[in-house]
Amino acid sequence: MTALLRTESLTAGYGAAPVLHEVDLDVNTGSITAVLGANGAGKTTLLRTLSGLLPATHGRVLLDGKDLRGVRVEEMVRRGVAHVPEGRGVVTELTVDENLRLGGLWRKDRADVRKAMTEVYELFEPLARRRKFPGHQLSGGERQLLALGRALVGRPRLLLLDEPSLGLAPKITAQIMTLLGTLRDRSGLTVLLVEQNVRGALAIADEAVVLALGRVVTRGTDIDDEMRHAYLGF
Amino acid sequence: MSGKMKIATIVAGVAVVVVLTLVFPPFRTYQLATVGAYLCVTAGLTVLTGLNGQLSLGHGALMATGAYTLALSVNAGWPLTAAFAAALVVTTVIGGVVGLAAARLRGPYLAGLTLAVAVVVPAITSTFDGTFNSDQGLSVALEPPPGTVTVEQWQAWLAWGAALIVLVLLQLLIGGRFGRELKAVRDDETAARLAGVGVARTQVLAFVVSAACAGIGGALFAVLAQSVSPGAFPLSLSLFLVMAIVIGGLGSLAGAAWGAVLLVALPALAHTVTEGIDAQRLEGNLPLALFGVTLIVVMLAAPGGIAALRPFKRSPFKRSPFTKAGLRPLRKRSKA
Repeated sequence: MTALLRTESLTAGYGAAPVLHEVDLDVNTGSITAVLGANGAGKTTLLRTLSGLLPATHGRVLLDGKDLRGVRVEEMVRRGVAHVPEGRGVVTELTVDENLRLGGLWRKDRADVRKAMTEVYELFEPLARRRKFPGHQLSGGERQLLALGRALVGRPRLLLLDEPSLGLAPKITAQIMTLLGTLRDRSGLTVLLVEQNVRGALAIADEAVVLALGRVVTRGTDIDDEMRHAYLGF
Repeated sequence: MSGKMKIATIVAGVAVVVVLTLVFPPFRTYQLATVGAYLCVTAGLTVLTGLNGQLSLGHGALMATGAYTLALSVNAGWPLTAAFAAALVVTTVIGGVVGLAAARLRGPYLAGLTLAVAVVVPAITSTFDGTFNSDQGLSVALEPPPGTVTVEQWQAWLAWGAALIVLVLLQLLIGGRFGRELKAVRDDETAARLAGVGVARTQVLAFVVSAACAGIGGALFAVLAQSVSPGAFPLSLSLFLVMAIVIGGLGSLAGAAWGAVLLVALPALAHTVTEGIDAQRLEGNLPLALFGVTLIVVMLAAPGGIAALRPFKRSPFKRSPFTKAGLRPLRKRSKA
């Protein structure tokens, strides 16, 4: 398998304090990689740096072997990178329908945008019932679904998901995890999944990366017990 | 209301106003013309401030830009349409420059920048007094209206013709993709960027559109007053414009229309009051006070502004007086 996304010595942070230190990462095409770690480990910062919301202070990010330095955030989505930030990403004054359309606004193929929207409504039934509702009238879980749906309307190649289970019922979380697996198998979607729900994430992930204090401490298809105790606390 | 319905409402509204100009006395027709000119400005401003969240306290200066450009062009012998086009182009360019700076600023800093733009007008007119003739300003020598049309009717038709074009174009803009981009940028810049919307580009475009509208409005004022001077575009005008769109209902063209009506009606009311109680010294300040009181009352009674009021729409939570009294409704409501 080839690496869709690669980071080399990626260092980033807020102000003078680096949060990520020299992170090397390979994410293979059509795989799900779970990024695990305690609070403050740098998981969200990693996703923010990958999508360009936070500039890297050192190192580089390669997508399909192309350096992403200097690529603007709004340009990333055109290159197939969709970032669903933690508990956000929904425009509350727009309706569910408008939010989904927003996700496909940059795309030329209008017919496929409509098709993608129909698919999202089929996948997320709670959203289909609330098409005309403004974002601020949705529950936390529905907003999370909407943010994910909006990203999917852009038909991304790489999906950066930050804690999709936040505020969701375990049943819905399980559905999302299954859905990610299906999208990977069916359309070759690559997912970088930050998740506190470690068991759920590991169940579908092809590979896991454990971060601690901004460094990769372990990675692989199987996280051994010692590492689990040390860094994940169970 | 769908987009087509909104455009039909705009066209119908303007048609009604044009009919009114045929029956109203000259002074009322002139007031209607002023409402039309203000409407061009408030409509553009509400798109900028209401839909895109950029507060501008400098739209009076953009109006002055349009007015002076029209005056200079007409006095140079240009036909009126070319003068309007010139006013449009110049304010668009200036709006683009201010917008580029504004896109880097947020909240009070943006307000501060636009405030500075509003304050600078008198200084520019006195520094370049060879062109702008300082405080005296310029007179605009217009050709008489065609046929038997009175000057006031001609002015009103010009103003409302321009307002019609501005409103329809704005409705087409905000009803589609651009409108969603404006709101997305206003509500959550991060979400907008992640959806592929260029935040700075959208903000500059909003400013340019809004400035162009203000330029047209300002040019109309030059036509209505047949003169331009810095005194016609004071700082208080910029503040009035913002207050008007807030009272009218931020972010909607209907709100902008209410705002434009208030901008003409409240000073006229103040004039009537001061005349009635023989207190001429109050006249300069009373409109300000009236605006303040109206703002407070409207915000208490209808936080969404006048346009958000739905006096005839029943709330689904309110029981009708019949059921309250224990009476059964005459007709059973069909189940939706």
